[in-house]
Amino acid sequence: MNIDQAMDIRQQKILAALENKNTSVYFDDALDNEMILNMGPQHPATHGVLRLLIKLDGETVAACVPELGYLHRGYEKLAENVSYHEFIPHTDRLDYLSPLMNNTAYVLAVEKLVGIEAPKRVQYIRTIISEMARISSHLLGIGALAMDVGALTVFTWTFREREKMYDIFELLTGARFTTSFTRVGGLAHDMTPEVITAIKEFIAQFPEKLNECITMLNTNRIFVERMDGVGVITQDQAIAMGMSGPNIRAVGIEHDLRRTQPYLVYNELDFNIPVLNDGDCLARYYVRLNEVKESVKIVIQCLDKMPAGPVHANEPKKVLPRKEQIYTRMEELIHDFMLINFGVNPPVGEVYHAVEASKGELGFYIQSRGEGHPWRLKIRSPSFMNLQSTSLLVEGGMISDIVAVLGSLDPVMGEADK
Amino acid sequence: MLTTVIEKLKLHFSNSILDVREFRGETTICVNKADIVKVCTFLRDDESCSFNYCSDVCGADAYAPENRFEVIYNLYSLSYKHRIRLKIFVDESDLHCPSVISVWPGANWPERETYDMFGIIFDGHNDLRRMYMPEEFEYFPLRKDFPMMGVPDSIPLPRK
Amino acid sequence: MGLEHALGDTALTTTIDSAINWCRKNSLWPMPLGISCCGIEMMAFAMPRFDVARFGAEVFRFSPRQADLLIVAGTTTYKMATVVRKIYDQMPDPKWVIAMGACTSSGGMYRTYSVVQGIDQFLPVDVYVAGCPPRPDNLLHALIMIQEKIQRGESRSTPMTVTAERQEQQLLQIQGINNN
Repeated sequence: MNIDQAMDIRQQKILAALENKNTSVYFDDALDNEMILNMGPQHPATHGVLRLLIKLDGETVAACVPELGYLHRGYEKLAENVSYHEFIPHTDRLDYLSPLMNNTAYVLAVEKLVGIEAPKRVQYIRTIISEMARISSHLLGIGALAMDVGALTVFTWTFREREKMYDIFELLTGARFTTSFTRVGGLAHDMTPEVITAIKEFIAQFPEKLNECITMLNTNRIFVERMDGVGVITQDQAIAMGMSGPNIRAVGIEHDLRRTQPYLVYNELDFNIPVLNDGDCLARYYVRLNEVKESVKIVIQCLDKMPAGPVHANEPKKVLPRKEQIYTRMEELIHDFMLINFGVNPPVGEVYHAVEASKGELGFYIQSRGEGHPWRLKIRSPSFMNLQSTSLLVEGGMISDIVAVLGSLDPVMGEADK
Repeated sequence: MLTTVIEKLKLHFSNSILDVREFRGETTICVNKADIVKVCTFLRDDESCSFNYCSDVCGADAYAPENRFEVIYNLYSLSYKHRIRLKIFVDESDLHCPSVISVWPGANWPERETYDMFGIIFDGHNDLRRMYMPEEFEYFPLRKDFPMMGVPDSIPLPRK
Repeated sequence: MGLEHALGDTALTTTIDSAINWCRKNSLWPMPLGISCCGIEMMAFAMPRFDVARFGAEVFRFSPRQADLLIVAGTTTYKMATVVRKIYDQMPDPKWVIAMGACTSSGGMYRTYSVVQGIDQFLPVDVYVAGCPPRPDNLLHALIMIQEKIQRGESRSTPMTVTAERQEQQLLQIQGINNN
């Protein structure tokens, strides 16, 4: 098959899907004319490579069909061919705005499958890095949303804060955002006092800087009016479409896995779950903003409560030993050899473990056949499920609202396309 | 809480439940393929089950001569905050299975993804196109017999 | 340019060339094709900390027809390849391409069925940037390398002095795109 024929098939299928799509939006104004508009995959407002095919009636969106797959990298196939440990670097690149959170989510699923639990200090460190990742992800979400609706300054300001966080991540893990920091049953290494000081310094100055951004946005009439009442979704629709994360909390449903199915040390911490009832773009923005403030609270509490102790579970057959021990001790050398060559070898079975990632419910479903690599690994990515509601949100609205809706959904294509 | 769900299911669908498995505190219920929509509707609407949130639908390839493919439904209840997993088996000779988008509209894209990756055809799905791969692609990449590097020249590249 | 065509390769035109190249290199307009993770580092490269404006390339154009430097930042899949090529074809000559990151240059860690193992299979690339993702400093280095290339009068994709034949080809190409 040559490229022209292939392109023909691709275009015809999606066009047919748009033409056949049921829509409840109709107009009988003779001056309105129908038009088909292709938005993306290269479009500054689609946050990566999302493609939307839109049927317009005048300036109103009559139907919309999202098309994914422009960043399908075959993670699930890759996972079946690498060991449990080797997949950790791949989780960085899933939701590349909060890689530390993905690392944590993945190893929690594997630990559940293997049947081990990490020591207390590890759990606290994982909570801290998850919340730091949430702050960083929401900052970009808010910044990009502001940029999409026409306020570039906030984007540069939130990026300034993110750069400070990247410095902390670099100090902690050695990389700006492809961190690969967690290990099955532990962490790559302990959090050093310098990192703790750096986090404390960052947290101390952060609320003030965040307030600058808030003043910029919340008092900006253009920003508020472009978001208020735009892209409304009802509670029933949001549940039925499988929305999660800040998007479902913006329609008045208190669905947060940190509270409902606590993992790590979230049940020992004091924090609120921001919930709003409007279900529009502005509500989604406010939920994110308030979550950032809650995350700051969580990080402060964790830093206070964090106990001393080991950063590896005492399970020599499942947890990679420390480098210096491998070089000096026989036992550890053997374990390292076995773990690297044959893998963790969890028992036969299947688990699903979900965490509340910055975009929503991030779940890993793993089927094990007792081998060193997963038989099947399915990533339940929040962005994928959130994007599913795009057509619901934009249909009946104006074409210029699409950018606001997409920005407020805050999808990451790396995760949605897998 | 979950035990009442399982008991109720066994009571109402004694012929449809093939197996109940427990592993690491998670329950997997294997269901007869033909009854999946009935079971799902019951799980969603019954007051003590109330599985109103479909977390995920995915496929798996067991690579066995019989019942090669599995379709897995991860369900969650927003009111009782519990999870359950349903599983149906699809044979290679008959790749059809009923779609659950009438129960949870959110299962739309996950089912399309399963079709794209395994070639399982969901009857009653209104828009069963490929989710990720280009439309002209003829293979199903997550099947175990599909090579990781793909089939050479199966997707054309633009001319240089 | 018609000048070279009319005068040929003389002392005057080489001096003009050099002056034009100096202008070109200090006013690159990048077309940011942020496909995945590298796109975030590319944003960092434009933001105040790394500040690409120091090199005169801060005017990010999301329309390929106003750009002369294509930064392909992220994993290019087979499905995306046609799009990348189409964007490249729409850019006016002369143009340069940076392949940012390991997956763009060689497929990187994604040796799978859906990822193109290096965009040079369908695009002429001027500079490859190593890293997964490359740090913004690394991308700045690539930009400087492009600038040096421009000053030397080199481009992988197009001859720098545009001949009449080339102009005709380009015209046909643009017409072809419009017809599509």
